Amino acid sequence: MGIRFILMVNKQGQTRLAQYYEWLTLEERRALEGEIVRKCLARNDQQKCSFVEHRNYKIVYRRYASLFFMVGVDDDENELAILEFIHLLVETMDKHFGNVCELDIMFHLEKAHFMLEEMVMNGCIVETSKANILSPIQLMDKAH
Amino acid sequence: MNSIFSGTRLRDMIRSIRACKTAAEERGVVRKECADIRASINENDPHDRHRNLAKLMFIHMLGYPTHFGQMECLKLIASPGFPEKRIGYLGLMLLLDERQEVLMLVTNSLKQDLNHTNQYVVGLALCALGNICSAEMARDLAPEVERLIQFRDPNIRKKAALCSTRIVRKVPDLAENFINAASSLLKEKHHGVLITGVQLCYELCTINDEALEYFRKKCTEGLIKTLRDITNSAYQPEYDVAGITDPFLHIRLLKLLRVLGHGDADASDLMTDILAQVATKTESNKNAGNAVLYECVETIMAIEDTSSLRVLAINILGRFLSNRDNNIRYVALNMLMKAIAFDDQAVQRHRVTILECVKDPDASIRKRALELVSLLVNENNVKQLTKELIDYLEISDEDFKEDLSAKICSIVEKFSPEKIWYIDQMLKVLSEAGKFVKDDVWHALIVVISNASELHGYTVRALYKAVLTYSEQETLVRVAIWCIGEYGDLLVNNVGMLGIEDPITVTESDAVDVVEDAITRHNSDMTTKAMALVALLKLSSRFPSISERIKDIIVKQKGSLLLEMQQRAIEFNSIVDRHKNIRSSLVERMPVLDEATFNVRRAGSLPASVSTMAKPSVSIPNGVAAAPLVDLLDLGSDDIMAAPSSSGADFLQDLLGVDLGSSSAQSGATPGPKAGADLLMDILSIGTPSPAQNNTSSIDLLSTAGINNNPSNALDTLSSPAPPHIATTASAGGMFDLLDGLSPSPSKEATNGPAYPPIVAYESSTLKIEFTFAKPSGNPQETNVQATFINLSPNTFTDFIFQAAVPKFLQLHLDPASSNTLPASGNITQNLRVTNSQHGKKSLVMRMRIGYKLNGKDVLEEGQINNFPRGL
Repeated sequence: MGIRFILMVNKQGQTRLAQYYEWLTLEERRALEGEIVRKCLARNDQQKCSFVEHRNYKIVYRRYASLFFMVGVDDDENELAILEFIHLLVETMDKHFGNVCELDIMFHLEKAHFMLEEMVMNGCIVETSKANILSPIQLMDKAH
Repeated sequence: MNSIFSGTRLRDMIRSIRACKTAAEERGVVRKECADIRASINENDPHDRHRNLAKLMFIHMLGYPTHFGQMECLKLIASPGFPEKRIGYLGLMLLLDERQEVLMLVTNSLKQDLNHTNQYVVGLALCALGNICSAEMARDLAPEVERLIQFRDPNIRKKAALCSTRIVRKVPDLAENFINAASSLLKEKHHGVLITGVQLCYELCTINDEALEYFRKKCTEGLIKTLRDITNSAYQPEYDVAGITDPFLHIRLLKLLRVLGHGDADASDLMTDILAQVATKTESNKNAGNAVLYECVETIMAIEDTSSLRVLAINILGRFLSNRDNNIRYVALNMLMKAIAFDDQAVQRHRVTILECVKDPDASIRKRALELVSLLVNENNVKQLTKELIDYLEISDEDFKEDLSAKICSIVEKFSPEKIWYIDQMLKVLSEAGKFVKDDVWHALIVVISNASELHGYTVRALYKAVLTYSEQETLVRVAIWCIGEYGDLLVNNVGMLGIEDPITVTESDAVDVVEDAITRHNSDMTTKAMALVALLKLSSRFPSISERIKDIIVKQKGSLLLEMQQRAIEFNSIVDRHKNIRSSLVERMPVLDEATFNVRRAGSLPASVSTMAKPSVSIPNGVAAAPLVDLLDLGSDDIMAAPSSSGADFLQDLLGVDLGSSSAQSGATPGPKAGADLLMDILSIGTPSPAQNNTSSIDLLSTAGINNNPSNALDTLSSPAPPHIATTASAGGMFDLLDGLSPSPSKEATNGPAYPPIVAYESSTLKIEFTFAKPSGNPQETNVQATFINLSPNTFTDFIFQAAVPKFLQLHLDPASSNTLPASGNITQNLRVTNSQHGKKSLVMRMRIGYKLNGKDVLEEGQINNFPRGL
């Protein structure tokens, strides 16, 4: 229910972060990622609608600099809300890393995952306050 | 101590992977890293574990298999340090899933961690559980999670709440335990807990009806109050997004209210105020605001009717539609589809805007708009809408053309006000997008054409003109060839001109040109070519002056490499050469194909029968049941039933399904009583023909000649029609089961002497029925029965009909009766043919019904015949 997966893919089609909330085998995942990325990349040149329909779910995507954020959701989910959620995610990461860029995510993959975990659990949005999300992560950083 | 292979740091590994220029290089690097990691795992060194796992996660994300790392996760989870545990759980969630058995090992660790003193550890465990727990784990750990919902720390509470969502979904039985806890969560102040609490309730409501009732009664007001608070609350920097406090919470609350209000008028009443407030007060210049509005509109649509609210909602949608942002428009189109269900008028007002959206450059919007348009169509606006859509068809992209043409065809079919308009539109669609049009669409077109007898001339002329211009559209060519074949004489002689037409001169050789072109063109497929051959045959009869040329063309095809073409060419050639006398009766006009039956049949999705219909009507039983053309094994119905006389449409009635008694009586056709429509739809589910139908004769005869393939033989039998005979049906539609296994034609029946004694099948005070039997040679399963009906009363029976039904292991053919008027003390005879597939094991049994008019009153008699001799 809700969110099925969250992907961050760069313009060359390389996955930078992938979080799935339903089980797919490795081949399926790669195939899925490939298809979706192709669809989003192709569209971006002409049109501006952020929603793509793929098989039985919708993909809400947005491009930030060189990275595409794609969220696959069920049919009954509010697409505009997901768009807001993507923005919230980016802002949270920005607050933590300071001017986040693709390399930051790559080199601190586990931190990005932790952040995402605080925000989304089992496909549902859990926390939307940046302070609450970042506090355990900051604690952990301090402990290190 | 660290070995030499101390392993690179994560970022070094990432750097080296990034530096790879080719995929092979990358694979090499990854393989080396994996080997290092495996070696390190074998050493069981606790220090490097978390680094290894981080590397493994990266590698996994790239798509390489990482199963060897799974035990590492477990070890990490079991270790006491927080960072290790953290990485361990993360690895667990990424690398594993609920199906792996390894997960069971984790259950114990999870249980300990859930009871840990450190709340962060508890949080970790809850997270992991919430993401990947399986049903067994859920059952085991549910009590722990329940307890944690009331924990003092809000972070834990929220995680516990979401974890319970998953548990409840996996094991719906446990739902009752969580209801109380969930309702207490709804009174929280902390937004995080509130969101998750709301989600838990939502989940419970969808799964469990009791929960729904409970929440509806107790919590609706509380929820409404919460929503009001949030909407009116002051600025909270924590949760503010673009001026709205926590839009996510707004949306979740609205969703839950939707579920609670759906189907329940009281709850809906309570909600109307707050919904109106949200709908009017929310600003819509930012995405967040629009998101909330969208959810609000969806909720308004779902709850019970309050017309003022609905009007408000549709206004909002109208505003969305004219927004420049594509996202908003998409969302609006989506919602309007649901809105149509209850307020069609309001949506019609926006029809023009929606039409514009069909032409939008954005593919998603186009698709949605097209679906919406097809829902909006009604009788008033169909002409206009279709015109616009067809105009757009010409300029649209290839991939969109298919959808668009399918939609146009269905709209046109459903709403066409008059036949000529229908034909026009279909012609345009075929010309533009013929290759995307599906088979049953153009079959339907042919049905309509054949029914519109006054438009035949117009149609064939229009088709001729179209095919000259658009000869690449396969479907158009097929329809054109069929029509030219059928109505070629109308084409050439300009018959039936309508006022709007310009006269064109088409000579016979022009018409033949078109058909010849279709055959010889290299990219015509076999169906088209075969149809063209048949059309040529028809033309050779209708245009006697150029039959030499036609013969040449046919002869050329004798050498074709396609078996189908070759066979047809040979047979047609022989007809043209040697059977000129019967050729004209062979290729007479097709009888009008029955629309109603066709529609019902099509709705019952019997693809085989549909394909038979449009096929050439030449009733040559050419044992070649060409696979693409004539799938006459229509669901195994071997029995040819006479269709109700009126239409003369000889559909292969589906014995296993509903016997379709079409009621479309064409005037001027046989008067035969409509008892055909009065189906004996009994439990044996085999319909019966009405013997007064006279076309059966031709059908039966043709069906049986499948074996001895001599055209003349069958045609001889054809020309001995049973009394009363409709001229038009001499050629009888081609829907015969040519692979009918039943052997000899009825003309050979009763050649063997009666090997079985006749029986009295039925006797009443007014009527007696006798059966005499004959076993035709060759097939022990077959029996020919001659039924004699004897009128025992002093009155005359008129409109006499005999109907029979047999169980599934029997097959029955009824020939027309000798007459349908039974004079007093007179008799009439009727032949039946029965095939017993269980010959030897079961004997014949039959149920029959007799209907007739006596002194103007209808009489029905029914009975079962059980006294068939054994061994039949």
